[in-house]
Amino acid sequence: MTTKMPPPASRPVRSAAPAPGRQAARTRWAKNAAQSVMWWCISLGLFIGIWELITVLGWTNTIILPPPHEFFAEIANQDQFLAPRIGVERTGGNFVLLTAIVATLKRVLIGLVMGFVAALGVGGLACYFDLFGKLTLPVITLLAPIAPIAWIPFAIMAFGIGDSAAIFVVFIGIFFLLTLATVNAIRNVNQLYINTARVLGASRRQVMFKVILPAIIPDLFFILRINFFAAWMAVLAAEMVGVNTGLGAIVMVGRQMFNAKLMFLGMAVIGLVGYLLDVVFRQLQNRVLWWKGASQL
Amino acid sequence: MGQIICDHLSKIWNPDSADANLAIDEVSFTVHPGEFLVIIGPSGCGKSTLLSMMAGLDMPTSGAMIHNGEPITGPSTDRSMIFQQASLFPWLSVLDNVAFGLDLQGISKQERTERAKQYLQQVGLLKSATRYPHQLSGGMQQRACIARALCLGTDVLLMDEPFAALDVQTRHQMQKFLLELWEGTNKTVVFVTHHIDEAVYLADRVLILTANPGRVLEMIPIEMERPRDMMSKGFEYHRNLFVEHLRSEVVRAFEEQELAEMLDTRV
Ligand SMILES: Nc1ncnc2c1ncn2[C@@H]1O[C@H](COP(=O)(O)OP(=O)(O)OP(=O)(O)O)[C@@H](O)[C@H]1O
Ligand SMILES: [Mg+2]
Repeated sequence: MTTKMPPPASRPVRSAAPAPGRQAARTRWAKNAAQSVMWWCISLGLFIGIWELITVLGWTNTIILPPPHEFFAEIANQDQFLAPRIGVERTGGNFVLLTAIVATLKRVLIGLVMGFVAALGVGGLACYFDLFGKLTLPVITLLAPIAPIAWIPFAIMAFGIGDSAAIFVVFIGIFFLLTLATVNAIRNVNQLYINTARVLGASRRQVMFKVILPAIIPDLFFILRINFFAAWMAVLAAEMVGVNTGLGAIVMVGRQMFNAKLMFLGMAVIGLVGYLLDVVFRQLQNRVLWWKGASQL
Repeated sequence: MGQIICDHLSKIWNPDSADANLAIDEVSFTVHPGEFLVIIGPSGCGKSTLLSMMAGLDMPTSGAMIHNGEPITGPSTDRSMIFQQASLFPWLSVLDNVAFGLDLQGISKQERTERAKQYLQQVGLLKSATRYPHQLSGGMQQRACIARALCLGTDVLLMDEPFAALDVQTRHQMQKFLLELWEGTNKTVVFVTHHIDEAVYLADRVLILTANPGRVLEMIPIEMERPRDMMSKGFEYHRNLFVEHLRSEVVRAFEEQELAEMLDTRV
């Protein structure tokens, strides 16, 4: 027996609500998700519909802008055009596209990881050793504004066409910016954390590794995510102009063969993969750096 | 142990620039082993500056500080500082925060966990050991900071307005908690505040500083039984004594507003 008053008889009795809070949250979540899926579908449907309409009305050359139903119907057939030109091993079935995706992803990710680690190292050293910082930072500041894409010709000259050139472009495209961001983040670490560590007996090195490093990782990760798109674009551009494999190359092959369907297929995949990567980054950020709170990022 | 001698300390901020600022001017006093010393003074009079010099975080422009016979030249685990803002590292659990200082000394994980737990127990936070700082209330965070300091076997606790960011109710609980802890361990405490009631409630002796520059105005002992009753005659007497001493100071440097603020701990 509880001491609580029973609900007044006139009020309709709610049937079976065991954990009202959690249940409500779940239904709310499902409702939000359903709504957002709906809007995605409407938006996409509208886009495809208008495109279809334009081609039906004959406003465009269907060779340059094929109608969507043709484009979708022939996706499976595009594979035949890819294998000989893209320079990837034929792995059977429809896997050529997958191979291209993997090639591009590999370059972006290797470049990003190398750039991130190198920038963290150089930025950290520049702050730790004053002289080193004074010697390097002015040059890095001057090199930082060079867009990743602008490095492509040099990369191809230096590394030839292949993975290394593409990886170099990504690396160099984010390295200078991230180094400056690292220095900036280190200088902005809350002095309270540093003083706390010092009072607890931390040496300079311990302050660097046990306080400053964990404190700046969230900011840097955020900047990395912002710069990811620049790196992504740079790799695609490199693949179009010289590095003859990967997603960028598919689009270029489409142009060369005057096959608009192949071109659009490449573009669609680029958009989709780029979007998915951003989703993954976001998840990673929330998961690894949960203590910063998603709202602060 | 836990004696600190400050001898003719002066601190000039930015000594070589145009806005050189004499924050502390020829301040001398001795903190006796095991005593609860409160430093009080108007805002900006250099209390934080004085305390961070005693912690070894900043060096005085002139003068000397001696801790247990050794000159203070930098931070030491014999002296720990508790800041106004709770300073737990947000990326570590409460347990790891408390064990942080032990980790720096390279003590094995098992031993530091054991020791940290012991001090968490002492401050009543054992249940929250695996939680993270943002999941704790302000008062709990400050208690974790105190546990972290005690964990190192510190004999002097330097506290810079540690309860100023807490609401009145929690602040009073924390004052009681701190007194109990102090009576149980006989650590030396140097406690900065600008609340008169807090000073009278806690202190063995109160050091009053003047503003602009910070000088010693008076050192006043409080010989009242603990726990002290804020409504008692003796408390009222000391409160008025401090108001008298501080009024001229505060009025000279600031507004009456500041004095009102110094008294606002009255519940
Ligand atoms: N790191 C610093 N660099 C330059 N000047 C400083 C620094 N810290 C404090 N000061 C100056 O020293 C003087 C005393 O400041 P301090 O913070 O010690 O006062 P306080 O008594 O703790 O004040 P409050 O009660 O507001 O905390 C102020 O004029 C302040 O501007
Ligand atoms: Mg202060």
